[in-house]
Amino acid sequence: MTVTAFAFYVFAISAIGAGILVVFSRNPVHSVLWLILAFISAAGLFVLMGAEFVAMLLLIVYIGAVAVLFLFVVMMLDVDFAELKASMAEYLPLGLLIGVVLLIELGLVFAHWNFAPEAAALRASPTPSPAEIANTQALGAVLYDQYVYLFEIAGLILLVAMVGAIVLTLRHRPDVKRQDVVAQMHRDPKAAVTLIDMKPGQEGRAHGFRGK
Amino acid sequence: MIEDLLREYLGVVVFLVLAIALGLVFILAAAVLAVRRPDPEKLSAYECGFNAFDDARMKFDIRFYLVSILFIIFDLEVAFLFPWAASFPTLSDVAFWSMMVFLAVLTIGFAYEWKKGALEWE
Repeated sequence: MTVTAFAFYVFAISAIGAGILVVFSRNPVHSVLWLILAFISAAGLFVLMGAEFVAMLLLIVYIGAVAVLFLFVVMMLDVDFAELKASMAEYLPLGLLIGVVLLIELGLVFAHWNFAPEAAALRASPTPSPAEIANTQALGAVLYDQYVYLFEIAGLILLVAMVGAIVLTLRHRPDVKRQDVVAQMHRDPKAAVTLIDMKPGQEGRAHGFRGK
Repeated sequence: MIEDLLREYLGVVVFLVLAIALGLVFILAAAVLAVRRPDPEKLSAYECGFNAFDDARMKFDIRFYLVSILFIIFDLEVAFLFPWAASFPTLSDVAFWSMMVFLAVLTIGFAYEWKKGALEWE
């Protein structure tokens, strides 16, 4: 067995094992941690296939960002374990039904899927060999030129996501005092401080000063 | 070939093995060497001076969520920049300007969220 094959089996087994543990963990936070391990194993598998960029993207986006988001959601959901267990029996038939339907669909796909013989030749940009050109450069050569519309649509989707997240979640609390830097800078120092001439021995009776 | 690419990852593999080995050493050392005097009080939630009010698991401000979503969006924007930068010497004009349009679109979003005060914490 070569080193590559050994690494493949290590990553594949840890991906599947972590996937199973995501489902079977009692604690949702542990589930998310196992999910991170599954992502990391998948990144290892991508590297083994020579898809470096996708592997690093998996690390940055899925593990760095999505996993954190999942943790937030899990923490925010206010999980009540007793309630979860109680409603388990209620949802079990529906869940089983969906599972069976999914399994049948997957079986159909595996049984009937085959590539057309000319499909590989018809692809607009066939994958170059990793030996010829680095993975990231190969992507850059086609993504921004040949697939420019899809690329710009991706930018628009990100914009919509940004605006949507702000519209849905942002609310300003009126009772909070905030710092207004511009107002501070434009404040006239002459109006802010008054100098009062005090004669010696005179009690403070000028405005704003109320004795001792 | 692909073997050359994988050979570059040797250092990563060494780090991975070291990290796993170190983690195992700490766990095993704690299991084997450490003094063990279990007590239910050690596991109970500690709040200074009084019994814990409620569970540590509580709902928290949606703002954390907003900040992390905005982080993910800019994270993806940067991810799109990497292939562009890697193949910069061979880029066509269309490719160069398509990235400029992409960045402009996301800058509009950035200006919007700045103007709305989504980045400010109150």
